[in-house]
Amino acid sequence: MTMWRTVSAVFRRDLRLAWAGGGAAAPLGFFACATTLVPLAVGPDLKTLALIGPPLLWVTVALAALMILERLFQADLEDGSLDQLHLVDAPLEFIVAAKGAALWTAIGLPLALASLPAALALQTPPHATIPVAIGLLIGLAAFIGFGLFGAALAAGVRRGGVLIAILVLPFFAPPIIFGAAAASKAASEGLGAPGFLLLCGCALAGVALGPIGAAAALRQQTG
Amino acid sequence: MFAWFANPDRFMRLSAWALPIAAAIAVLLFSIGLPWSFLFAPADFRQGESVRIMFIHVPAAWWAMGIYVFMGVASLMGLVWKHALADVAARAAAPIGAAYAALCLITGSFWGATTWGTWWEWDARLTSMLVLFLTYLGYIALWAAIEDEQRAARLTAILCLGGLLNIPIVHFSVDWWNSLHQPASILRSGGSAMDASMMQPLFLMAFAYLFAFIALLFAGMRTHVYRRRALAAALRRARAT
Repeated sequence: MTMWRTVSAVFRRDLRLAWAGGGAAAPLGFFACATTLVPLAVGPDLKTLALIGPPLLWVTVALAALMILERLFQADLEDGSLDQLHLVDAPLEFIVAAKGAALWTAIGLPLALASLPAALALQTPPHATIPVAIGLLIGLAAFIGFGLFGAALAAGVRRGGVLIAILVLPFFAPPIIFGAAAASKAASEGLGAPGFLLLCGCALAGVALGPIGAAAALRQQTG
Repeated sequence: MFAWFANPDRFMRLSAWALPIAAAIAVLLFSIGLPWSFLFAPADFRQGESVRIMFIHVPAAWWAMGIYVFMGVASLMGLVWKHALADVAARAAAPIGAAYAALCLITGSFWGATTWGTWWEWDARLTSMLVLFLTYLGYIALWAAIEDEQRAARLTAILCLGGLLNIPIVHFSVDWWNSLHQPASILRSGGSAMDASMMQPLFLMAFAYLFAFIALLFAGMRTHVYRRRALAAALRRARAT
């Protein structure tokens, strides 16, 4: 079972790298800034805030996920570790999936936790904050899955952040539609809100297909 | 058959003839279709003269989608059989498809302003056309960002195939989202209830758009082949000195 040892080693390495140097703190900081600034711009009217709260959380989380994609494969490509990852005994798809899982753990979980106080501040009823956070956590799996694909395509491009954003934007559209719709109905319907299962479907598609597409792209980046 | 076409020399000889012919057919069809659409086709009894935007708008929408499917097929052939000409075809088709999508969005906006009273309605079809337009932009941007042409061709082909999977999903989700957010739109009249007096110029315009696409595609592909030859010649000269 050396393959699983390799995959878990990649997972642990990326998890450590995500937090080393505070890289994983950047999306959290962005999330905190955006969810603080928008109410200041919109005004303190509680009804309006309750209305825009869940969509705002979704947009902010999607943008926060974009922030970390640029360096994801670029660093590995530059220092040669991508070539090494081609040589190991595990398929590249599994390695990419492990990197995505590490990202989801390092960035996704803290973001979902941070959404709890943010949702409360945005007038989401307390009993709805947990369903909203669960939805965001699942949505982040979709964002990261499709994000791996975009990041792998643009890995060789210098300052590819904006390029990655435009590449993955069409792929982010379905999960954000279903996720934000489910979050807006979370107060009355919890996890049974319309769109929640479709969001889960998007996440499954992203988790299953993202690493395959990303590995196909990464094979073209070296050599 | 594709292998036969994949020879760039043969393509250049063939397209030298086919390009002016396709362009001439396109000009002919437009010179019949435009007056027919704007002067002779009947005005709609409810929408009045503004219905004529349809003859510009709908063919642009059809071919904006059709061209993306064409790019998907070309990308697949480029990936599987490594035909350089298939890569060139997909690359040359992208700006045309993006232009058709932009034309569809702009005319849709005008049409919305006159019939719906708003410049931008988050109508399901307009929204998924917007996402298609962004998909085109991403494809073009990725081509522009990667210097090595071989690598750019492979990576953009992979992106194109991913987008081909994504677009129907976007269409479904936007439909779902739209029906959730607004009550059924009363302004949508049934497409099949269209009279033949409007259908005929519409199809004529669709063919005009198709031949315009073929002519522009050949022109774009020939440009890319010439550019590659010029690049190769420059490299040869540089090596000789």
